[in-house]
Amino acid sequence: MPEAPLGGAAALPSPVRPRAALDALLLRGGLWVAAAVLAVGLVLPLATLLLRAFEDQAGQFVGLANFAAYVTTPALLGAAWNSAWTAALTTLVVVPTAFLYAYALTRSCMPLKGLFRAIMLIPVLAPSLLPALALIYLFGNQGMLRGLLMGESIYGPIGIVIAQCFYCFPHAAIILAVALSTTDARLYEAAEALRAGRLRIFATVTLPGARYGLVSAAVVVFTLVVTDFGIPKVIGGQFPVLATDVYKQVVGLQDFNMGAVVGIVLLLPAVGAFLLDRWAQGKRAATLSGRAVAYVPRPRRGRDLPLLGLCLGVAAVLVGILAIAVWGSLIRFWPYTLSLTLDNYDFARFDATGWDSLLVSVRMAALAALLGSVLVFCTAWLLERGTPPSRLGGAVRFAATLPLAVPGLVLGLAFILFFNHPANPLGFVYGTLAILVLNCVVHFYTVAHLTAVTAIRQLDPEFEAVSASLKVPAWVTFGRVTVPICLPAILDIAVYLFVNTMTTVSAVIFLYGPDTKPASVAVVHMDEAGQASAAAAMAVCILGVTLSAKLLQVATGGLVERATQRWRRRV
Amino acid sequence: MTDSALAERRAAAVARGEAPYLVVDQVSKTFGTVMALERVSLTVEAGEFVSFLGPSGCGKTTLLRAIAGLDPATSGRISQAGRDITALPPAARDFGIVFQSYALFPNLTVAENIAYGLRGPSWPKPRRAQRVEELLSLVGLAEHIRKYPAQLSGGQQQRVALARALANEPGLLLLDEPLSALDAIVRLHLRQEIRALQRRLGVTTIMVTHDQEEAMGVSDRVVVMSRGHIAQIGRPEEIYRNPANPFVAGFVGRSAHFTARVDTPPGMLQAEDDGCRIEADAARGMLYGNRVEVFIRPEDVRLSRADAGGAGSFAVTVSHLEFLGSVCRLTLEAGTHRRLEADLAPDAAQALGATPGAKLAAAVPPARVLVFPADA
Ligand SMILES: Nc1ncnc2c1ncn2[C@@H]1O[C@H](COP(=O)(O)OP(=O)(O)OP(=O)(O)O)[C@@H](O)[C@H]1O
Ligand SMILES: [Mg+2]
Repeated sequence: MPEAPLGGAAALPSPVRPRAALDALLLRGGLWVAAAVLAVGLVLPLATLLLRAFEDQAGQFVGLANFAAYVTTPALLGAAWNSAWTAALTTLVVVPTAFLYAYALTRSCMPLKGLFRAIMLIPVLAPSLLPALALIYLFGNQGMLRGLLMGESIYGPIGIVIAQCFYCFPHAAIILAVALSTTDARLYEAAEALRAGRLRIFATVTLPGARYGLVSAAVVVFTLVVTDFGIPKVIGGQFPVLATDVYKQVVGLQDFNMGAVVGIVLLLPAVGAFLLDRWAQGKRAATLSGRAVAYVPRPRRGRDLPLLGLCLGVAAVLVGILAIAVWGSLIRFWPYTLSLTLDNYDFARFDATGWDSLLVSVRMAALAALLGSVLVFCTAWLLERGTPPSRLGGAVRFAATLPLAVPGLVLGLAFILFFNHPANPLGFVYGTLAILVLNCVVHFYTVAHLTAVTAIRQLDPEFEAVSASLKVPAWVTFGRVTVPICLPAILDIAVYLFVNTMTTVSAVIFLYGPDTKPASVAVVHMDEAGQASAAAAMAVCILGVTLSAKLLQVATGGLVERATQRWRRRV
Repeated sequence: MTDSALAERRAAAVARGEAPYLVVDQVSKTFGTVMALERVSLTVEAGEFVSFLGPSGCGKTTLLRAIAGLDPATSGRISQAGRDITALPPAARDFGIVFQSYALFPNLTVAENIAYGLRGPSWPKPRRAQRVEELLSLVGLAEHIRKYPAQLSGGQQQRVALARALANEPGLLLLDEPLSALDAIVRLHLRQEIRALQRRLGVTTIMVTHDQEEAMGVSDRVVVMSRGHIAQIGRPEEIYRNPANPFVAGFVGRSAHFTARVDTPPGMLQAEDDGCRIEADAARGMLYGNRVEVFIRPEDVRLSRADAGGAGSFAVTVSHLEFLGSVCRLTLEAGTHRRLEADLAPDAAQALGATPGAKLAAAVPPARVLVFPADA
């Protein structure tokens, strides 16, 4: 039997095994590094958390026993219910207000829009503890306006909902402003041509156009409230919610297994919200065609004046709450001796770490911003352009979107369980700055990642092909072309990571060590010790740092723009 | 004989012009389950200008990217200048490429873009600057050296991309729809310029296009592709005059198309729908009763007055007339089903009285009728 086929044409050509260039191998190595960071900082800790929920204190597998104990403990179930209804109430208050505020910013001709836009962002820069402390000044046991509550206490659901409204407002307003500003003007022209009335246009064009934005905003607010730890910790009093329960189980009772169970319960609404939001975003993108015409509002007093009034009111509340906190931190003895003093800023008197905790926070935030933006941007580029599509890339891409669905408290708990495990060789990082930085970068990874991906996708997809044809390694093009073009986005990412790392409480409260207590945790401790003024002072310091960072970005933005974006100008 | 000695001998053969410069042998490419290229084979001689022509999605870009190594072939072999490059990464090959989007680096000036690949010890600064100037004058952009791409017109950007691709003096120039982002007049001008430049430099060039006029106008040879296969390779006039199969006949140039059966006497065809009979030399050797596909080009239709039609002519009615400047294109109804097109000089059309509704006699020289056996 002849073994060779008869005609050459009938022979199956041999499959090609492409030889990878050295630089392709290195880039793939880079992707492995990113995968390793996300594995150590996200996937493995979460897996440990899941496992612990099915074990008893001694490490024996007990199936669903912990969950059964959870469901049969009325106090714990009650906390879940409390979380749900305060979150729902906050959503009901915040979303309509934020909608009108965003509507005023995008669809009216009221004056001072830029100022209102800036004021709207203030709460993002402050730790969530700050509004809670301000409310205590106003309505607490020594509060000036305590009478307004008619015998009710601010410590509990009332305080939580009011403080959450302050804290969540910008998040909803940003989403809604984007949703409203991307509606197609041609729809309005068509509606007017059909002689539809204003109310009818609002109901048939404006609301449907923004409906996915509304869904997103509601989902985001609900999740923020359920997963926030700082506000219920400071102003929740004896009112139990999920977030404080996790803390109590872990820090108070040292029951890590029940902590893991409550953590998983906390994870559920967050994951559900995450999926719902993804759905809404997909729908929203689909409604916008590339040829949409931007809507330009025309002045109309009947609409502009009421909206201006509303914006003034909201802005007054936002600034007012902030001002109360600043003022309170400068008062000698609230509310009896109202003379001003800087005593409350002498932190060493209230907390052993004194001013050091602020330095720790700044160092931690600077490192998170620096390392985080490098990691996030390089990884996004490797995924989008640097490496061909692969299973590893798919896994990294998935892991990058996951942190959005993981509340900080859950991530922090997962970190303790993972890094404190006796068998973990990485255990030595526990309590160091490194673990705090890793935790913060992972915690805020998704938004940063999406910003980077959006920026990179705007580049021509053939840059890497062109440089390969010119025998220039891909990373040279990355450094000479991709990074300079995307520098504004990279700065955005860095500032985002910096601000959020400065203000976060929930994730880091489980992870700091004796020398690495962040300022936000110091705020919680001083408040716990009854030093509300010092706590407010520290919160104001945090705000000062984040505000400076933001202002610095605005100031240098122009310089960076001039240095790296000259080519955008057409002449 | 050692591998390297063999490779050297092959390269020498290419240099003497005995072996083709580029050999694509049985190349296939699959994306998941989609077969984008199926056993494609072709050769390109040194200094030749070859176009890949075909409808959208037929695999032109895929083949070009396989040659470049950007999306390596799944199977098969590609060799360039006697060297097997099938598995090499793009950076280890020898080509320059221009994309439809140009992919100019927007934050680098024209000069920096062109000098992008001129790095390393063999390109000291003065030599690099000199080369950039040389290239810029080659493409006629000397005065724009310091501008950014966004400040240039589409045609100028295209030339910068061309200069950048040629900077390293590559042995092979690949162009993927280089002109499709430009308007018609600039396109015509630039394609002639590219061709002139290619002749001057003698660089082997492959251009992907779906514009047949473009492919026919500038190429030494055209590769017509269809659904991942090569339908025909040939000089432009070969492809137009002697299409190898119904696909090429229908895709390249205009034609009226119908199916018919071979009738008697030999060389006679009878249309399937209305029974109209027509003579075709190409049908002489075919068996009686076979189904065939018939194509008639507009310039092959000879028109005369209705009463002056000789043997083999048939009656037609003018249904529509398009004035295209140098020619008039008539749409003709023959019988109840047939629609033909005929190109005619405007004067001749006037002399014939060819206005909509006019009745004329039409004939097609039997030598010019394109006939292909129908598959099914
Ligand atoms: N990355 C890919 N993944 C999956 N399928 C692909 C990919 N690239 C191309 N294809 C498929 O391979 C086939 C050939 O695509 P190719 O881009 O080569 O077409 P083309 O001839 O260049 O068409 P066009 O004129 O539209 O550019 C198409 O069916 C296309 O859908
Ligand atoms: Mg193509």
